[in-house]
Amino acid sequence: MTTDIERGTFRTRARKVLLAAVQGLTLAVAVLPCGVAFLCLTLVSVALIPLGIGLFTTPAILTGVRALADVRRRLAAQWCGVRIPAVYRPLPASGNPWTRTVALLRDPQVRRDVLWLPVDFTAGFVTALLPALLLCYPLEGFLLAAGLWRPYASGTGDTYWYAFVPVSDRTSAFGAAGLAAVLLVVAYRLVPGMLTAHFRLTRAVLGGDAELAERVRVLTETRRDAVDTSAAELRRIERDLHDGAQARLVAMGMDLGTIASLVERDPAQAKELLAQARRNSAEALEELRDLVRGIHPPVLAERGLGDALRALALRLALPTEVTVELPGRAEAPVESAAYFAVSEVLTNAVKHAGADRIWVDAHHTDGRLRITVTDNGKGGAAVGAGSGLTGVERRLGTFDGVLAVSSPAGGPTMVTMEIPCVLS
Amino acid sequence: MRVVLAEDLFLLRDGLVRMLQAFGFEIAAAVESGPELTRALAELKPDVAVVDVRLPPTHTDEGLQCALAARRERPGLPVLVLSQHVEQLYARELLADGTGGIGYLLKDRVFDAEQFVDAVRRVAAGGTAMDPQVIQQLLSRRAADDRPLARLTPREREVLELMAQGRSNAGIAAQLVVTERAIAKHTSNIFAKLGLEVSDDDNRRVLAVLAYLDQDR
Repeated sequence: MTTDIERGTFRTRARKVLLAAVQGLTLAVAVLPCGVAFLCLTLVSVALIPLGIGLFTTPAILTGVRALADVRRRLAAQWCGVRIPAVYRPLPASGNPWTRTVALLRDPQVRRDVLWLPVDFTAGFVTALLPALLLCYPLEGFLLAAGLWRPYASGTGDTYWYAFVPVSDRTSAFGAAGLAAVLLVVAYRLVPGMLTAHFRLTRAVLGGDAELAERVRVLTETRRDAVDTSAAELRRIERDLHDGAQARLVAMGMDLGTIASLVERDPAQAKELLAQARRNSAEALEELRDLVRGIHPPVLAERGLGDALRALALRLALPTEVTVELPGRAEAPVESAAYFAVSEVLTNAVKHAGADRIWVDAHHTDGRLRITVTDNGKGGAAVGAGSGLTGVERRLGTFDGVLAVSSPAGGPTMVTMEIPCVLS
Repeated sequence: MRVVLAEDLFLLRDGLVRMLQAFGFEIAAAVESGPELTRALAELKPDVAVVDVRLPPTHTDEGLQCALAARRERPGLPVLVLSQHVEQLYARELLADGTGGIGYLLKDRVFDAEQFVDAVRRVAAGGTAMDPQVIQQLLSRRAADDRPLARLTPREREVLELMAQGRSNAGIAAQLVVTERAIAKHTSNIFAKLGLEVSDDDNRRVLAVLAYLDQDR
């Protein structure tokens, strides 16, 4: 049983080693001519820029270099799971060859691509070839022992060096075989790692700062979200003001005008209109109040997140327990984002969870504001699928915050929100 | 009756001063910031204070804090708090000491001068004046999860709502256009259903209602 398993793992390992050697060999064979050719073309093309010809050839060649690098990125991910990020700047839309060439040459990623070419056909070539060599060299040792030593050491004093073993007779040939066996073991252990090392080298030159690239990607995305959200918010506010309070104030002004002309002729009707004007003003105030609550809740402004959450819970139709442990106040935008995120999650819980009790817990540890909303409802909540939770995730994303939802069917649902922030 | 008024918006402060004077109040001081309010309350010892929640210098809940602090110094000091918005949270804080003489109203309520002045008088007399919005929030919330409230008839709920705002039986009777005797019957029914002891004291009555609504949190 154990031996079976061992044999199985040995087989898969051996296959892996062989595959890595073949892949490395293919890579090495392709790398050398391509790399040299592209580097020469690039250098020549750049040199020709002053003559004007380079302006047309350079973009084409650099696109080729990029394609070459992209192939390597793909292989790295497929063969060894090494992710090499690529952050190319978008090319200017204008057809002007000068601006295109300059933009390309100023792109740090393109410059890294070009720099990578000479590294690739020297160090890259060696690291790609090494697995195949390490596998073929022991083969030579075994062949020597099998009798190949004879033609090499036909005369006395003729020695054939196999690594550091001088092969001159049968005994030393067996010595070479011994070394070959040792090398084979070494190859068995090291070869897959060596191919990975090749791609690591590629990543080091080509990839720039992977974390930074990822960060840039995330920031770009969240910034777009934030801009979208705030634009939508502004539209909503504008519409609400326009259709609500503004219209009511206009109506009130009209009523007052009519009252002015009626007050002596028909005091009874003037009185009626006065009452209507007062109603209009009260309703305009009501609408403004709702609007203010939607933009920035007054309690949040006056007391901060803790009491705002408590006030929120008090307005909820379900019994809600709020535990807050915040030694200070976060920055206003963070507080606001957290408040509206909790508000959204609570609305979800009341509407969809079928819960009869909700717990909210907010505290600050390790530089993170963590808020948990738990209900004893029927569960089954998920991010995405048009749920409000996607909006919450976006809202938090703007502050590098994250949202985690645990909601097995049958409940309970627990939504955890985390925003990195400092309290003051 | 001497009033100290705290409101940072000039137009509103001016309007309030004129309105209160028109109804025969004496304005001891009309101030526009928290520290001024604290000083005025300590030095002038007014019969009632009308205070805006949000005041300079912090523009947060300075007015509310000053009022609460003043009531700690002088328990039972009548304070009517005005605000652009009403929050149960603040209502609870104001009522917490249980000494009465508390009002908490939306600023809109000044539109109806007579009702507003009535509220000021009630607070000054040690009663309460809670904004209908606060009461509605409480009642709608409680109706969703509390059995005893569900046992009230619609009429009794109406009475409870007005009672919680701080009205006397006579006031409720006038509003609902029934006899005072009918209201007395309703209130005793309500107290029986809610398991509260009957009391003639308007203020204690409201506190009891609110305390009941407040339980099991």
